[in-house]
Amino acid sequence: MAETNGNGSAPRKVAIICSKGSLDMAYPGLILANAARMMGIEAVLFFTFWGLDIVTERTLDKLHAGIVGNPATHMPAMIAGLPGMEGLATHMMKKKMDDLEIPTVREMLEILDDAGAEMYGCLMAMEMFDRDKDQLVPQIKDVITAMDFFEKAEGAQTIFI
Amino acid sequence: MSTTSFAGQEIEVNEDGFMLNPDQWTPEIAAELARDAGIDPLTDKHWEVIDFCRRDSAEKGTPPGVRRITKNTGVSMKEMYGLFPGGPGILAAKISGLTKPKGCI
Repeated sequence: MAETNGNGSAPRKVAIICSKGSLDMAYPGLILANAARMMGIEAVLFFTFWGLDIVTERTLDKLHAGIVGNPATHMPAMIAGLPGMEGLATHMMKKKMDDLEIPTVREMLEILDDAGAEMYGCLMAMEMFDRDKDQLVPQIKDVITAMDFFEKAEGAQTIFI
Repeated sequence: MSTTSFAGQEIEVNEDGFMLNPDQWTPEIAAELARDAGIDPLTDKHWEVIDFCRRDSAEKGTPPGVRRITKNTGVSMKEMYGLFPGGPGILAAKISGLTKPKGCI
Protein backbone atom coordinates (compact mmCIF):
# COMPACT_ATOMS: atom_id res chain seq x y z
CA MET A 1 0.00 0.00 0.00
CA ALA A 2 0.89 3.67 -0.01
CA GLU A 3 4.23 4.61 1.46
CA THR A 4 3.44 8.28 1.84
CA ASN A 5 0.28 10.30 1.72
CA GLY A 6 -0.25 13.22 -0.65
CA ASN A 7 1.68 15.56 1.59
CA GLY A 8 4.74 13.35 1.60
CA SER A 9 4.54 12.68 5.35
CA ALA A 10 4.70 9.33 7.17
CA PRO A 11 2.03 6.71 6.38
CA ARG A 12 -1.20 6.92 8.33
CA LYS A 13 -3.72 4.18 8.99
CA VAL A 14 -7.34 3.97 10.12
CA ALA A 15 -9.11 0.92 11.54
CA ILE A 16 -12.90 1.10 11.34
CA ILE A 17 -15.21 -1.22 13.30
CA CYS A 18 -18.66 -1.49 11.70
CA SER A 19 -21.08 -2.94 14.27
CA LYS A 20 -24.46 -1.73 12.99
CA GLY A 21 -26.48 -3.09 10.09
CA SER A 22 -28.80 -0.23 9.17
CA LEU A 23 -28.37 1.74 5.97
CA ASP A 24 -27.63 4.96 7.84
CA MET A 25 -24.96 3.26 9.95
CA ALA A 26 -23.42 1.34 7.04
CA TYR A 27 -22.40 4.35 5.00
CA PRO A 28 -20.33 6.30 7.55
CA GLY A 29 -17.75 3.51 7.87
CA LEU A 30 -17.63 2.83 4.14
CA ILE A 31 -17.32 6.50 3.21
CA LEU A 32 -14.70 7.22 5.88
CA ALA A 33 -12.62 4.26 4.71
CA ASN A 34 -12.87 5.41 1.11
CA ALA A 35 -11.95 9.00 1.97
CA ALA A 36 -8.91 7.66 3.81
CA ARG A 37 -7.78 5.58 0.83
CA MET A 38 -8.34 8.52 -1.53
CA MET A 39 -5.78 10.51 0.42
CA GLY A 40 -3.32 7.65 0.75
CA ILE A 41 -4.23 6.57 4.29
CA GLU A 42 -4.34 2.80 4.83
CA ALA A 43 -7.74 1.45 5.86
CA VAL A 44 -8.78 -1.75 7.65
CA LEU A 45 -12.46 -2.52 8.27
CA PHE A 46 -13.84 -5.03 10.77
CA PHE A 47 -17.50 -6.05 10.41
CA THR A 48 -18.99 -7.37 13.64
CA PHE A 49 -22.45 -8.11 15.05
CA TRP A 50 -25.16 -6.43 12.93
CA GLY A 51 -22.39 -4.90 10.84
CA LEU A 52 -22.04 -8.32 9.20
CA ASP A 53 -25.24 -7.53 7.29
CA ILE A 54 -23.27 -4.89 5.33
CA VAL A 55 -21.08 -7.63 3.85
CA THR A 56 -23.55 -10.56 3.71
CA GLU A 57 -24.75 -11.27 0.15
CA ARG A 58 -28.35 -11.95 1.24
CA THR A 59 -28.80 -8.72 3.21
CA LEU A 60 -26.49 -6.03 1.86
CA ASP A 61 -28.83 -4.79 -0.90
CA LYS A 62 -31.74 -4.61 1.53
CA LEU A 63 -30.36 -2.60 4.47
CA HIS A 64 -33.00 -0.41 6.09
CA ALA A 65 -32.76 3.11 7.45
CA GLY A 66 -33.18 2.94 11.24
CA ILE A 67 -35.88 5.41 12.24
CA VAL A 68 -37.45 3.89 15.37
CA GLY A 69 -35.79 5.25 18.48
CA ASN A 70 -33.81 7.75 16.44
CA PRO A 71 -34.64 11.26 17.71
CA ALA A 72 -32.83 12.83 14.74
CA THR A 73 -35.76 11.91 12.48
CA HIS A 74 -37.86 14.49 14.40
CA MET A 75 -40.76 12.06 14.15
CA PRO A 76 -42.84 10.83 17.11
CA ALA A 77 -41.73 7.27 17.99
CA MET A 78 -45.33 6.09 17.59
CA ILE A 79 -45.46 7.32 14.01
CA ALA A 80 -42.00 5.99 13.16
CA GLY A 81 -43.12 2.58 14.38
CA LEU A 82 -46.19 2.39 12.11
CA PRO A 83 -46.07 -0.31 9.43
CA GLY A 84 -44.45 0.91 6.24
CA MET A 85 -42.74 3.95 7.77
CA GLU A 86 -39.30 2.36 7.84
CA GLY A 87 -39.69 1.20 4.25
CA LEU A 88 -40.72 4.70 3.23
CA ALA A 89 -37.77 6.30 5.02
CA THR A 90 -35.41 3.77 3.42
CA HIS A 91 -36.86 4.49 -0.02
CA MET A 92 -36.47 8.24 0.47
CA MET A 93 -32.91 7.90 1.70
CA LYS A 94 -31.92 5.66 -1.22
CA LYS A 95 -33.51 8.04 -3.70
CA LYS A 96 -31.64 11.01 -2.26
CA MET A 97 -28.38 9.08 -2.39
CA ASP A 98 -29.05 8.08 -5.97
CA ASP A 99 -29.70 11.73 -6.88
CA LEU A 100 -26.36 12.67 -5.31
CA GLU A 101 -24.64 9.81 -7.19
CA ILE A 102 -23.60 8.12 -3.95
CA PRO A 103 -22.73 4.49 -4.81
CA THR A 104 -24.81 1.61 -3.45
CA VAL A 105 -23.43 -0.40 -0.52
CA ARG A 106 -22.42 -3.16 -2.95
CA GLU A 107 -20.54 -0.72 -5.17
CA MET A 108 -18.88 0.90 -2.14
CA LEU A 109 -17.50 -2.52 -1.15
CA GLU A 110 -16.12 -3.01 -4.68
CA ILE A 111 -14.60 0.49 -4.67
CA LEU A 112 -12.97 -0.13 -1.28
CA ASP A 113 -11.53 -3.43 -2.45
CA ASP A 114 -10.13 -1.84 -5.63
CA ALA A 115 -8.76 0.98 -3.47
CA GLY A 116 -6.79 -1.50 -1.39
CA ALA A 117 -8.81 -1.29 1.83
CA GLU A 118 -8.71 -4.54 3.82
CA MET A 119 -12.04 -5.92 5.03
CA TYR A 120 -12.59 -8.64 7.61
CA GLY A 121 -15.55 -10.39 9.23
CA CYS A 122 -15.74 -11.06 12.98
CA LEU A 123 -15.47 -14.76 13.83
CA MET A 124 -17.57 -14.62 16.99
CA ALA A 125 -20.40 -12.72 15.30
CA MET A 126 -20.28 -15.18 12.38
CA GLU A 127 -20.80 -18.04 14.82
CA MET A 128 -23.56 -16.20 16.65
CA PHE A 129 -25.48 -15.56 13.45
CA ASP A 130 -24.71 -19.02 11.98
CA ARG A 131 -23.04 -17.46 8.99
CA ASP A 132 -20.38 -19.02 6.74
CA LYS A 133 -17.62 -17.19 4.93
CA ASP A 134 -19.14 -18.14 1.56
CA GLN A 135 -22.25 -16.15 2.52
CA LEU A 136 -20.16 -12.99 2.64
CA VAL A 137 -19.08 -10.84 -0.32
CA PRO A 138 -15.81 -11.92 -1.96
CA GLN A 139 -14.17 -8.64 -0.91
CA ILE A 140 -14.02 -9.95 2.67
CA LYS A 141 -10.46 -11.15 2.95
CA ASP A 142 -10.89 -13.34 5.98
CA VAL A 143 -12.93 -14.04 9.10
CA ILE A 144 -10.83 -13.20 12.13
CA THR A 145 -11.01 -12.73 15.90
CA ALA A 146 -11.00 -9.39 17.68
CA MET A 147 -7.41 -10.06 18.74
CA ASP A 148 -6.40 -10.68 15.11
CA PHE A 149 -8.11 -7.41 14.23
CA PHE A 150 -6.13 -5.44 16.80
CA GLU A 151 -2.93 -6.88 15.38
CA LYS A 152 -3.92 -5.62 11.94
CA ALA A 153 -4.95 -2.29 13.45
CA GLU A 154 -1.59 -1.67 15.06
CA GLY A 155 -0.63 1.99 14.81
CA ALA A 156 -4.03 2.92 13.38
CA GLN A 157 -6.56 5.48 14.51
CA THR A 158 -9.52 3.31 15.48
CA ILE A 159 -13.10 4.33 14.78
CA PHE A 160 -16.11 2.46 16.21
CA ILE A 161 -19.43 2.75 14.41
CA MET B 1 -1.00 31.66 0.65
CA SER B 2 2.57 31.60 -0.55
CA THR B 3 4.47 31.28 -3.78
CA THR B 4 6.83 28.56 -4.82
CA SER B 5 9.03 28.05 -7.83
CA PHE B 6 7.96 25.34 -10.28
CA ALA B 7 9.60 24.75 -13.65
CA GLY B 8 11.21 28.19 -13.42
CA GLN B 9 7.93 29.98 -12.69
CA GLU B 10 6.67 31.62 -9.50
CA ILE B 11 3.43 29.81 -8.65
CA GLU B 12 0.80 30.66 -6.01
CA VAL B 13 0.05 27.69 -3.76
CA ASN B 14 -1.92 27.12 -0.55
CA GLU B 15 -0.48 25.65 2.66
CA ASP B 16 -0.95 22.09 1.33
CA GLY B 17 0.87 22.80 -1.91
CA PHE B 18 -2.24 22.98 -4.12
CA MET B 19 -2.03 25.59 -6.87
CA LEU B 20 -4.41 28.50 -6.41
CA ASN B 21 -4.60 29.58 -10.04
CA PRO B 22 -5.14 26.77 -12.57
CA ASP B 23 -4.23 29.17 -15.38
CA GLN B 24 -0.61 29.18 -14.18
CA TRP B 25 -0.42 25.41 -14.73
CA THR B 26 1.76 23.93 -17.47
CA PRO B 27 2.61 20.30 -18.32
CA GLU B 28 6.12 20.98 -17.01
CA ILE B 29 4.68 22.04 -13.64
CA ALA B 30 2.58 18.85 -13.62
CA ALA B 31 5.73 16.78 -14.10
CA GLU B 32 7.40 18.59 -11.21
CA LEU B 33 4.37 18.25 -8.90
CA ALA B 34 4.26 14.55 -9.80
CA ARG B 35 7.95 14.09 -8.99
CA ASP B 36 7.35 15.72 -5.59
CA ALA B 37 4.68 13.05 -4.99
CA GLY B 38 7.03 10.26 -6.04
CA ILE B 39 5.49 9.79 -9.50
CA ASP B 40 8.05 9.83 -12.31
CA PRO B 41 7.52 9.80 -15.21
CA LEU B 42 3.94 10.72 -16.00
CA THR B 43 2.53 8.09 -18.38
CA ASP B 44 -0.20 8.35 -21.03
CA LYS B 45 -2.67 7.05 -18.43
CA HIS B 46 -1.66 9.82 -16.03
CA TRP B 47 -2.21 12.37 -18.80
CA GLU B 48 -5.62 10.92 -19.58
CA VAL B 49 -6.57 11.53 -15.95
CA ILE B 50 -4.98 14.99 -15.83
CA ASP B 51 -6.66 16.09 -19.08
CA PHE B 52 -10.04 14.95 -17.78
CA CYS B 53 -9.54 16.64 -14.39
CA ARG B 54 -8.68 19.97 -15.99
CA ARG B 55 -11.49 19.78 -18.54
CA ASP B 56 -14.08 18.69 -15.96
CA SER B 57 -12.98 21.27 -13.41
CA ALA B 58 -13.20 24.06 -16.00
CA GLU B 59 -16.75 22.94 -16.81
CA LYS B 60 -18.04 22.22 -13.32
CA GLY B 61 -15.99 24.69 -11.31
CA THR B 62 -14.74 21.98 -8.94
CA PRO B 63 -12.21 19.15 -9.37
CA PRO B 64 -13.64 15.65 -9.88
CA GLY B 65 -13.43 12.91 -7.25
CA VAL B 66 -11.87 9.53 -8.01
CA ARG B 67 -15.18 7.82 -8.86
CA ARG B 68 -16.12 10.55 -11.32
CA ILE B 69 -12.72 10.23 -12.98
CA THR B 70 -13.10 6.45 -13.38
CA LYS B 71 -16.65 6.84 -14.74
CA ASN B 72 -15.51 9.27 -17.41
CA THR B 73 -12.14 7.92 -18.51
CA GLY B 74 -10.86 4.50 -19.46
CA VAL B 75 -8.98 4.35 -16.17
CA SER B 76 -10.29 1.88 -13.58
CA MET B 77 -10.43 2.39 -9.80
CA LYS B 78 -7.63 -0.13 -9.32
CA GLU B 79 -5.48 1.63 -11.93
CA MET B 80 -6.06 4.99 -10.22
CA TYR B 81 -4.41 3.63 -7.06
CA GLY B 82 -1.53 2.27 -9.13
CA LEU B 83 -1.06 5.57 -10.93
CA PHE B 84 -1.27 7.72 -7.79
CA PRO B 85 -0.09 5.49 -4.92
CA GLY B 86 0.03 8.38 -2.47
CA GLY B 87 -3.73 8.89 -2.79
CA PRO B 88 -5.54 9.47 -6.11
CA GLY B 89 -8.21 11.65 -4.49
CA ILE B 90 -5.78 14.44 -3.80
CA LEU B 91 -2.87 13.78 -6.14
CA ALA B 92 -4.85 13.73 -9.41
CA ALA B 93 -6.20 17.19 -8.62
CA LYS B 94 -2.92 18.51 -7.22
CA ILE B 95 -0.88 17.47 -10.26
CA SER B 96 -3.58 18.92 -12.50
CA GLY B 97 -3.06 22.31 -10.86
CA LEU B 98 -6.45 22.23 -9.13
CA THR B 99 -7.70 22.54 -5.57
CA LYS B 100 -8.54 19.61 -3.28
CA PRO B 101 -11.79 17.91 -4.42
CA LYS B 102 -14.84 18.56 -2.24
CA GLY B 103 -16.39 15.07 -2.48
CA CYS B 104 -15.63 11.95 -0.45
CA ILE B 105 -16.02 9.42 -3.29
